Amino acid sequence: MNFRIENAFQTTRRGFLKGGAGLALAIVTPVMADTPAAGPGLAGSTMVDGEFSPSAFIRIGTDGMVTIVSKHLEMGQGVYTGLATLVAEELDADWSQVKVEGAPADAKRYNNLFWGPAQGTGGSTAIANSFEQMRRAGATARAMLVAAAAEQWKVPASQISVKAGIVSHTASGRKAGFGELAEAAGRQAVPAEVKLKDPKDFTLIGRSAPRVDSVSKTTGRAMFTQDVKLPGMLTAVVAHPPRFGGKVASVDDKAARAIAGVTDVVTIPNGVAVLAKDFWTAKKGRDALKIEWDESAAYRGSSDAIVARYRELAQTPGLAARKDGDAEAALGAAGKVIEAEFAFPFLAHASMEPLNCVMKLDASGCEVWNGEQLHTGDQFALAKMFGLKLEQVKINMVYAGGSFGRRANPQSDYLLETAQIVQAIKGRAPVKLVWTREDDTRGGYYRPIYLHRVRAALDAKGMPVAWQQRIVGQSIAAGSPFEGMLVKEGIDMLSVEGASTLPYAVPNLNVDLHTTNGEVKVPVQWWRSVGSTHTGFATEVFIDELAGAAGKDPVAYRMALLEKHPRHAGVLRLAAEKAGWDKPLAPSKDGAKRGRGVAVHESFASFVAQVVEVTVQKDGTFKVDRVVCAVDCGIAVNPDVIAAQMEGGIGYALAAALTGSITLKDGVVEQSNFNDYPVLRINEMPKVEVHIVKSAAKPTGVGEPGVPPLAPALVNALHAATGKRIRTLPIGEQLQTA
Amino acid sequence: MAKINLNGCDVAVDLPDDTPLLWALRDGLDMTGTKYGCGIAMCGACTVHVDGQPTRSCVTPLSAVAGKKITTIEAVGEAKVGAAVQAAWQKLDVVQCGYCQSGQIMSATALLATNPKPSDADIDAAMSGNVCRCATYVRIRAAIHEAAKTLA
Repeated sequence: MNFRIENAFQTTRRGFLKGGAGLALAIVTPVMADTPAAGPGLAGSTMVDGEFSPSAFIRIGTDGMVTIVSKHLEMGQGVYTGLATLVAEELDADWSQVKVEGAPADAKRYNNLFWGPAQGTGGSTAIANSFEQMRRAGATARAMLVAAAAEQWKVPASQISVKAGIVSHTASGRKAGFGELAEAAGRQAVPAEVKLKDPKDFTLIGRSAPRVDSVSKTTGRAMFTQDVKLPGMLTAVVAHPPRFGGKVASVDDKAARAIAGVTDVVTIPNGVAVLAKDFWTAKKGRDALKIEWDESAAYRGSSDAIVARYRELAQTPGLAARKDGDAEAALGAAGKVIEAEFAFPFLAHASMEPLNCVMKLDASGCEVWNGEQLHTGDQFALAKMFGLKLEQVKINMVYAGGSFGRRANPQSDYLLETAQIVQAIKGRAPVKLVWTREDDTRGGYYRPIYLHRVRAALDAKGMPVAWQQRIVGQSIAAGSPFEGMLVKEGIDMLSVEGASTLPYAVPNLNVDLHTTNGEVKVPVQWWRSVGSTHTGFATEVFIDELAGAAGKDPVAYRMALLEKHPRHAGVLRLAAEKAGWDKPLAPSKDGAKRGRGVAVHESFASFVAQVVEVTVQKDGTFKVDRVVCAVDCGIAVNPDVIAAQMEGGIGYALAAALTGSITLKDGVVEQSNFNDYPVLRINEMPKVEVHIVKSAAKPTGVGEPGVPPLAPALVNALHAATGKRIRTLPIGEQLQTA
Repeated sequence: MAKINLNGCDVAVDLPDDTPLLWALRDGLDMTGTKYGCGIAMCGACTVHVDGQPTRSCVTPLSAVAGKKITTIEAVGEAKVGAAVQAAWQKLDVVQCGYCQSGQIMSATALLATNPKPSDADIDAAMSGNVCRCATYVRIRAAIHEAAKTLA
């Protein structure tokens, strides 16, 4: 059983948003079509404001332009292009007549079909849950355009064809564009059934249609939250407590209010907000505040102490997350036992666009402009706070300048902060909350610290007969509205996914978990690829260690244990073949050491293997030269977007592997900005080759699965080059001090 | 009130002189193509050209650019090199989230204006001040070579 967010949503939809601590949301389950194939939003009036609107997902104007409404957030992963591809494929539209806009928050029409009654983007589900729904929307519109042409031309619909946006009847030579037929199509009945194309007839799916957001994002015209400006809008900059859990004791705002342009200083639950008509004035005001903090309830832990405590906990059994056979007994009886400990730091998402949100409150309700990732959860949170009905919370989804999970905050943290400020000024003006980079880095909701202790026993042939993996760390889901679905008998699936789902054939395989939320009070959250950020590393480094102990080739060793997992084996084989694994790595010209390492991991139902090549200098500095990546994500809707997500996932993972670390000292976050939380730069980016497995399986996600294999493959490569095994991330200068 | 020449037009900005050019552009002049990423010249999202030089507008006060010629992403495509860079970016579908790309394009354009045939090492040197968290670097490198080719 591979527990993932989408599965949890599917199986326990009634549990969605069931009162998490501090949120206590009502269970509201809009009436939904139960089968995804039926697709909500396909019924209703079909001429709206002069446009043919056969569903909630498509509008065709009399000018022939096709507007596709994306229910998912475009945060870089290419979902606008992907969803448009699905619609345009079945509509037989010409790609140049297609444009995409973001859907409003409305779970009745725009829910994520893998999340039951909730709208949102995450868990690499966007294309997977929409694959049939969007195609059906396109096919429905096409059928109505064809029916309109048949009626006008008085010919059978079966004789009409559609190609690249042109509807034609060969025998009579009649042709029409979508625009000419739009009004007549709007008068047709919405067909109950439509036939979807045979994949062999696809003309767009699998062909890498150009991104729909390339032009706006290369000309400065793309609209992000940061770019929203409303009449009379004020910008708010907030002074947050230096430690998590701190509160404002008193504020001296005299200096702040003396700054020309500062309009308001308001105390909110998590700090003090200064408002002005522009950012710089608001920031100067914020910096001029003198605040006494009440830190009686503040968390004062330190990263080093957290890791030491986890090491202690790892000596005692936790709650069982997987129990095949009896690993302890097998370890006790074994001749050869291998043991390793892996440690992982807090990580900030550090999207390029620091967190922000625009909000307006008036008698009719609340209106939000945001790179919106969890529409329904955020709607609930805002409705509750303002005492509004759900439909009075209007959310406009704009582009997000990255997210990597951060904008899907289960506590709606930065949206509620904006709401508190708007409420504090009684809705007098629309407010844009802007977090500075420092606020963003120090704002919590990190990938948690984890520690793994893994032990294995090998048989006489060097194959594993026991694997005992103990994981220690905070639960992401606990205390959030997602707890009901994701935490089962004390096990947060997000803490163990990727380890409890180990694909290797080991007869005695035990995974257990210590959850530390009782003692560590740092806000934590999913970070691109979630549990697999650490489980993928621990399992894929450890299997490499076992192969080494057995004296076997790392690829061959894995392959021997993957007989029942053909898709893992498939990507592993492909990556190894394309990397030239069977040939020795070319030596460096200057005598520096070179090494090659491999890793394979499944996350979000996609399979990725990577081979990493490194060159290590005498002083221990190193460069990642090349990454060869193989991915199996089912049908490749847009191969170029898939390649881009693998390239980007590799770069994002490499940043974390090399230097990514948020540390706490006496409860204070020690990093602040890109100077002390370094991220990957172009000179550190390796060459990347992406190979996509041909597949007829349903498409699965690509936003996250490119991340997990990189760090273990890199560490395995460094080991191959130097003989030193790194088990604590980030790698930092560990090779230099060796 | 500082006066600058913005994308060929003389404009006055009604903000204090210590306001960084970035916020003068964004909040004072509603030119939002130039982005805020770090505020300390560590990410390059705010890169504009000041008298042709790539400049981090987040740490450049208005007072320092009075009377100077500022070019932003909104107008960089009006000149040949900028247009070629944008076209190459579009051809190779460089962008992902897109938030850093205005700055990337401004830096790449400045590079190609002085070095029409940059090597990978030249590109790394000129572009390493521009962070992309989506890690579109492979394509940025390729797109700069592509633009250089079309300009040759």
